Amino acid sequence: MAKTALQFQHNGRDVAIFVDGGTNLLVALRELIGDMTPKFGCGQGGCGTCSVLIDGELHLSCLTLAEMVAGRSVETLDGIKDGPNLHPLQRAFADNFAAQCGYCTPGMLMAAKALLDRNPQPSRAEVVEAISGNICRCTGYEPIINAVLAAASGGRARA
Amino acid sequence: MPVTVKTFTSTHDAAAALSSDHSARYLGGGTLVMRALNEGDISISTVVRASDQAMTRVDASGSRITLGAGVTFARILAERDLAFLHAPARSIGGPAVRNMGTVGGNLFAPVPYGDFTVAMLALDAVVSVQGGLGGREIALEEFLQSRDRQAGTLVLAISFAKPGSADAFRYRKIARIKPKGGAVITLAAHLPVNGSRIVGARVALGSMAPTPIRARAAERALEGRALDASAINSAASAAVEGTSPGDNALASAWYRREIVGVHLRRLLSGQE
Repeated sequence: MAKTALQFQHNGRDVAIFVDGGTNLLVALRELIGDMTPKFGCGQGGCGTCSVLIDGELHLSCLTLAEMVAGRSVETLDGIKDGPNLHPLQRAFADNFAAQCGYCTPGMLMAAKALLDRNPQPSRAEVVEAISGNICRCTGYEPIINAVLAAASGGRARA
Repeated sequence: MPVTVKTFTSTHDAAAALSSDHSARYLGGGTLVMRALNEGDISISTVVRASDQAMTRVDASGSRITLGAGVTFARILAERDLAFLHAPARSIGGPAVRNMGTVGGNLFAPVPYGDFTVAMLALDAVVSVQGGLGGREIALEEFLQSRDRQAGTLVLAISFAKPGSADAFRYRKIARIKPKGGAVITLAAHLPVNGSRIVGARVALGSMAPTPIRARAAERALEGRALDASAINSAASAAVEGTSPGDNALASAWYRREIVGVHLRRLLSGQE
């Protein structure tokens, strides 16, 4: 079956790949572009670890047809750090022990970034709502919520 | 297995492609069809898309509201004129699913999903579909009864009359995981009042049958009466009539039958 040419922006850089029909964005990012930061969890939209931003909006890359991002901007965890410097959210996750096994962390960080990009000073309830599509089996969520709130109150000023 | 992706600018062409191929599915937000593809569903060999802007249009200015099939739940939450639909929209998924999932796709969502459709059913919504032979409008209840046969038709939009007052429309989703999770059951009621009497009562239930259904016995118990304790009690005891819930990981059929009256009573009496 013929492959389809696909061009989009990946973390601010133009990329062009050929995809099989029906390929999801997660597979395109991991296997064709080599960005391993979005993870494969459930493939059903239930866990959130494949979360990425498409034109600034939180999406599940495993449920996104790769062809749907043609001409659009895709941002993954790989793109949020500034060179060797961690993003304030990453620093806050480390400081607040918000990552244990780490599998949910890329999705949690992207969901938190989507929140802080439009609401820099969220309430605790808004943080809970923002990460409600992301499952963590280790932390019990509290350290993650605290990390997002810490990044919102302090990290932004330092960034 | 690779599938063929066909993207059309016109809904007419997309509908023709969909109706001419039994293994074609329309891809809206991706939360149902991409999931099926990820799970290796070999019954899908073609994915059809339409880029027509009309599919994402919201017309909420008048007394009759029309939502394009491609309107997402996040978009509904951003529309002030649709405040009465914010509760059902917010009860679906997390933010990512609400950015992706669409009103049209929700009509096809199996138990324990499809909460928004329960709200639409209580509002007596009408579905605009485009088939291979042309367009038509079909009552949502009829659409749901033949849902298995609707995969070959393209849903264009869904429309319904705006409730007369904020109090006339009520919605409640029971989930074990809060704020996100599949439904144990979902309830929606539209209770227009003329004087002090309910006229045209609609009660819709989700996860109480393979598709959302109307609770007609509960509707009859409310029709023509004031919304007082006696009417609420009658409706609550009648809620389970005509339902056929199934067992799943969230709840057993027995449990669903036990609680549906309890939650209808709470919905109608305005309890949290």
